[in-house]
Amino acid sequence: MPETLPGQPVKGAFLHRFANPGRFLRLAHWLFPLLSASSGIFLTIGMIWALWFSPADWQQGDAVRIMYLHVPMAMLASGGYAALALCGVLSLVWKHPLADLAAVEIGPVGAVITGLCLVTGSLWGKPMWGAWWVWDARLTSVLVLFFLYLGHIALIQAFDDPQRGYRAAAVLAIAGVIDLPIIKFSVNWWNTLHQPDSITLTHAPTMPESMLLPLSICLTGFSLGFAALVTGRLQAAILETRAEQMLTRRARSQNGLS
Amino acid sequence: MTRKSRRLWLVLSCLACFAVASGLVLNAFSSSIVFFMAPSQILREPPAVDRVIRLGGMVVAGSLKRSLEGQTPINQFDITDGQAAIAVRYEGILPDLFREGQSVVALGTYLKGSPFSASEVLAKHDETYMPKEVADALRKSGKWDPRFGKPPSAESLDSMARHDTDAQAHR
Repeated sequence: MPETLPGQPVKGAFLHRFANPGRFLRLAHWLFPLLSASSGIFLTIGMIWALWFSPADWQQGDAVRIMYLHVPMAMLASGGYAALALCGVLSLVWKHPLADLAAVEIGPVGAVITGLCLVTGSLWGKPMWGAWWVWDARLTSVLVLFFLYLGHIALIQAFDDPQRGYRAAAVLAIAGVIDLPIIKFSVNWWNTLHQPDSITLTHAPTMPESMLLPLSICLTGFSLGFAALVTGRLQAAILETRAEQMLTRRARSQNGLS
Repeated sequence: MTRKSRRLWLVLSCLACFAVASGLVLNAFSSSIVFFMAPSQILREPPAVDRVIRLGGMVVAGSLKRSLEGQTPINQFDITDGQAAIAVRYEGILPDLFREGQSVVALGTYLKGSPFSASEVLAKHDETYMPKEVADALRKSGKWDPRFGKPPSAESLDSMARHDTDAQAHR
């Protein structure tokens, strides 16, 4: 019979494996360079293919190339928020310490991505639709997502006690998840100026392979880049906390000696 | 029940309540969330004369008439949703994507019996993408005319274009 040491978690061991920041640091030590390098390779190939070698669209002309930036940004904006909500659940239910730190680091990256999605969409909308911005359901729900990200960043730093900030931000992240299905299905539920999705799980893509392939390579590259940014930021945050702890400990011991 | 599972159920039930609440709110507002109305909707329930509405649909093939009044271009065309059509009059320059058979959204006022007077026309593009060369080949071979109906599906498109270029090579 295996011996269980006192204080060692028996149930839910898988979840708490990475609650130990040291274990995460050892993982990130090789994961971060791997993610960054593969993201760089995918983005170089994908962007050159998308911007120079993929065909122009029959009605949009070369303006269709904005899609290779806009669509990955839009998908990652929603995906990033889903990750934020997952961190919220892990933090509220399982009190996972790394989930709080991850939420702090995912927020700004997601906000920038959502901002880029709005900006590229606006730059695309002006030549195609004839308007920079319209208040249709898709655009408005993505704007709401952008404000949810900003609210999350503000809330997590609004308290003197970081634990209370983490708690409040986790609640906001979980509540805001309602916006994700609204964004996804807004183009099917209501008449919108934004066109319906070209790539869905249930239907064949309404896009020829010559455009679909560079788009999937760009999407893979941006997703790996998102993961690399979050991993790198999380690694830096943990190391920063450790350095601070070390400095305080040294200052304290020196005070004690003198 | 452990404390962890109690917390999990609490979070899940709060989320479910919130989802139902927002679903009901969106359902209640669904008529104002709609960005545009179709011609048949407008003809069925004509809006107040001074109310600015958005009219959306396809430009009827062969209905576009352009003229000049001094320096301003006058555009007249019909918008249809397949069931009813409304004549539209718009003073100004149309967006690049505007063509017959294209989906558009026009902002303006409607008075029964006279054309819809638009102050702004937006072009809506659909979710299909097609390389320019393929579209030209399909149009030349007479397999598809953008003024009538949707372009063929992306899967059939690759093989059709290949077939066309083969046929041209044999000729």
